[in-house]
Amino acid sequence: MGEFFDIFIGSTDVFFQGLWLTLRLSVVSLLIAIVIGLFFAMLKISRIKILEIIADLYIWVVRGTPLIVQIFILYYGLASIWLIPEFWAASIGLAFHSGAYIAEIIRGSIQSIAKGQNEAARSLGMNRRLTMRRIVLPQAFRRAVPALGNQFIIGIKDSSLASFIGLQELFGVSNTMGSNSFNYLPYFFTVAIYYLVIVLVLTVAVNQLEKKLAVSD
Amino acid sequence: MTKPREMIRVEKLNKSFGDLHVLYDIDLKVNESDVVVLIGASGSGKSTLLRCLNFLEFKDDGKIVIEGEQVEAATHDLNKVRAKVGMVFQHFNLFPHKTVLGNVIEAPIQVKGMSKKEAVKEGKRLLDKVGLGDKYDIYPSRLSGGQKQRVAIARALAMQPDIMLFDEPTSALDPELVGEVLETMKELGEEGMTMVVVTHEMGFAREVGDWVVYMNEGRIVEEGQPDHIFDHPKEERTKAFLNSIL
Repeated sequence: MGEFFDIFIGSTDVFFQGLWLTLRLSVVSLLIAIVIGLFFAMLKISRIKILEIIADLYIWVVRGTPLIVQIFILYYGLASIWLIPEFWAASIGLAFHSGAYIAEIIRGSIQSIAKGQNEAARSLGMNRRLTMRRIVLPQAFRRAVPALGNQFIIGIKDSSLASFIGLQELFGVSNTMGSNSFNYLPYFFTVAIYYLVIVLVLTVAVNQLEKKLAVSD
Repeated sequence: MTKPREMIRVEKLNKSFGDLHVLYDIDLKVNESDVVVLIGASGSGKSTLLRCLNFLEFKDDGKIVIEGEQVEAATHDLNKVRAKVGMVFQHFNLFPHKTVLGNVIEAPIQVKGMSKKEAVKEGKRLLDKVGLGDKYDIYPSRLSGGQKQRVAIARALAMQPDIMLFDEPTSALDPELVGEVLETMKELGEEGMTMVVVTHEMGFAREVGDWVVYMNEGRIVEEGQPDHIFDHPKEERTKAFLNSIL
């Protein structure tokens, strides 16, 4: 136990660097994932067959293959055409992955908004685009907050896979330190605590956001 | 005598949902400042007719002429038409994520490009008018059904429509809240708004209506001035319907 505390305290420098990278990876990939998710959700509800098929295909590929395979294909596969930096390979891979789940979350919440909302907006002369942007999406986002929060938590933990293409994010740091010292366990416990704290902070933040958004309920 | 201005004309309108034929050869005329009341049993097609007038449903064939212009979904910008034709729904359909005032100013700002300042001023005036001058910043979930429906009326009026359509505006209300909504509608009619109202409130139809249309199974059975329909109906089906509800 004492050894663990020594390692925990003694390694904060390196772990904080890893933490910083993990946070950057997570935030960048989640932002891209929201854009991707929104885009494919729109395709899914477009009522245009070919666009729906494209969205289905994307979601099928993402859900049907492991994230680590997707990251490897991006990093090693694309390297032959365009040498993509590790950070961006990981960020885009993670975004590509989360995007599919976010697309399904957003699509579901859009479709859960009552038809009457759409009709009311249209009856006031608002066009489809305006209705979607001003009336349906704000409500759909509110409704999607808990599920999106959950997806963000998954995204943060999935960012640990970036260590497999050489990024020294949190998990990469713990793995490297463990192998350098031939003493893995304390470092893995340490990294577990870092993840737990991040997820705790995010959970509280999402709960706060839910409360704040509930003022209109 | 000057000829009244024709606001809506419907000719030989037919509408089906799949195999179900819901409107048969409907002819209807609404002049400026008229309050036309559509009555009839549930499923008689009156709401569908109303929704066709705002192009929330599309006719199969026939003509719909709004303010002198024959409107076709394929060639007309329906958003422009809808901006002139306000609609009030049975279930209010207020925007729950916007305040009362936010509901009212949304379309004038976004569709008409009105400045926020002007929209707020006009929105407050309309909310005062429907008796909700103390509720600007409240969210719809805090309102009673009657208050919600009055916000919905103010929201539709904010677009300065030439015609207002009401689709069973009091059917979802507790009985004690019906009166306040009907009162608001009555004032609107008295101010000269052209209105088409689908309702089960026969008292309203008789008192406020200029013209009453009785529909049954997708057809107009009988129409006329309120005293004609309510006191001297000619058709057996009209009599039977009135007997069943009065």
